[in-house]
Amino acid sequence: MDESRKEFWLNAVLLVGLFATPVIAMMIDEPFYVTLATRVAIFALAAVGLNLALGLGGMVSFGHALYFGLGGYVAGIMAHHAFSGMPMVFGLSGSDQMLAIWPVAMLLSGLVALVVGVLSLRTSGIFFIMITLAFAQMAYYFAIGWPTYGGEDGLPILVRNQFPGLNTLQTWHMFLLAYGALVIALAVFAMLRNARFGAALMAIRQNPERVAAVGISPFGIKLAAFVISGMITGLAGAMMADLNRFVSPSMLSWHVSGELIVICILGGVGRLFGPLAGAAIFVGFEVIFGGLTQHWQFWLGLVLLAVVLFARGGVIGIIAGRERHG
Amino acid sequence: MSAMLEVEGLEVFYGASQALFGVSLQVREGSAVALMGRNGMGKTTTIHAVCRMLPVRAGSIRFEGSDITALPSYRAARRGIGLVPEGRRCFPNLTVTENLTAAARPGDWSLARVREFFPRLAERSGQLASTLSGGEQQMLAIGRALMTNPRLLVLDEATEGLAPVIRREIWTAIRALRAEGLSILLVDKTLSEILPVADDCVILERGRDVWRGAPGEITEQIKHDYLGL
Repeated sequence: MDESRKEFWLNAVLLVGLFATPVIAMMIDEPFYVTLATRVAIFALAAVGLNLALGLGGMVSFGHALYFGLGGYVAGIMAHHAFSGMPMVFGLSGSDQMLAIWPVAMLLSGLVALVVGVLSLRTSGIFFIMITLAFAQMAYYFAIGWPTYGGEDGLPILVRNQFPGLNTLQTWHMFLLAYGALVIALAVFAMLRNARFGAALMAIRQNPERVAAVGISPFGIKLAAFVISGMITGLAGAMMADLNRFVSPSMLSWHVSGELIVICILGGVGRLFGPLAGAAIFVGFEVIFGGLTQHWQFWLGLVLLAVVLFARGGVIGIIAGRERHG
Repeated sequence: MSAMLEVEGLEVFYGASQALFGVSLQVREGSAVALMGRNGMGKTTTIHAVCRMLPVRAGSIRFEGSDITALPSYRAARRGIGLVPEGRRCFPNLTVTENLTAAARPGDWSLARVREFFPRLAERSGQLASTLSGGEQQMLAIGRALMTNPRLLVLDEATEGLAPVIRREIWTAIRALRAEGLSILLVDKTLSEILPVADDCVILERGRDVWRGAPGEITEQIKHDYLGL
């Protein structure tokens, strides 16, 4: 079987496997695995966002926790105000409707990514990494010192936000939402990558000067990708806050930014289904080794080391070849 | 024919070193101008300055009547200056189609037309640029520049390092573009190939334009003095 077909089938197995996990879990009455699959889908969604910036554009953002946490806080704060009946800023009322929360989470994440991008994309390499990290850490410390919304203790979402036609308190329904969002995000990623936008973004990663010579503004394309990337990760943050029914400054921490990078690397940077493969491995490690030892990250670190040294295409690369196909 | 590109008194520096000392040249609409000279005389520097890839200290560059001296390179390319750089410089980890698509701008030159113009690119559409032969990479570099739908095509050593049979193929393509009325500014060291294509010639010597005229006016003395032949 040639490598492109291998990758196609691997992607199909991942997508069907993720869907089958909660179905089987419900059949054997193990709801824990439904929540676990939802967690994989949401982490994968966040990593799809990062993969657009990191994988296609070569922008090593060490601050995507900013958008993840921001999305989470939008969900938490809007739900908090809907529950209390108190107005938010500018007299706006809160909402416990996901269809209202998600666009706000994406819009705010996009706006913040626009500001961060305008300031950070003028740099590259270590400077870009440090600036993105600095912005996320600023938000992290701001959230810690913001007593209105729980400060360091975080903010509980007392009743999970609602989605028309679904009972979001049922784990299966929550999974369907996360799965649906992931599939849409993957489709958007594939569409962007196969369009002129994606080709230009990948070309910029290889040589920005050469790209400018064919009429493309490297800054404009990178900024657009960075904003879309932030929006997708922001949506994932809003969903994660709803899944956990809790949002805290830890969602903004640099650990989360690192975890998203690790997920992309494990699965395969720039590969369409790399984030899903990476998220499955990451969450799997957390559950399996986390139950055995407190130091499960040590073992994950060894795996990451092996991937970086011997399989730069990640798990997708090991199975389907290092070159990108699907 | 009106001047499409007018370069006047161009001065370019690399740090403290001056590379161009008041270079002037013109490319009339629909004509081909050969920029000639020995190695290191400023041909590529001139081309890079015209394509706005190098800052200009003094002088002016006008394209279709507009001053583009201070424009960034991507804006110059959008105005209609398409560059085929020396050494091909395709995007190695992108496929042939991706290389072409990335550069696409609205106009007559579409992906289908470029594939028709270079059938070999159609055969290799899914292949990574790094896996193409030198000749195919050159076709891709020209195709990529055409995808920007340029009104002025700038070719820097388009046939350098290629086998004779491939060189002939590339020159045939350049002549076809010339016949279509595309304005061309080209650099090449092989006089027997460049002169039949050119309407006008400009010779650079140590960063200065020292001679200009029609290809038929180049005497043996000029060849000896400025081209090392």
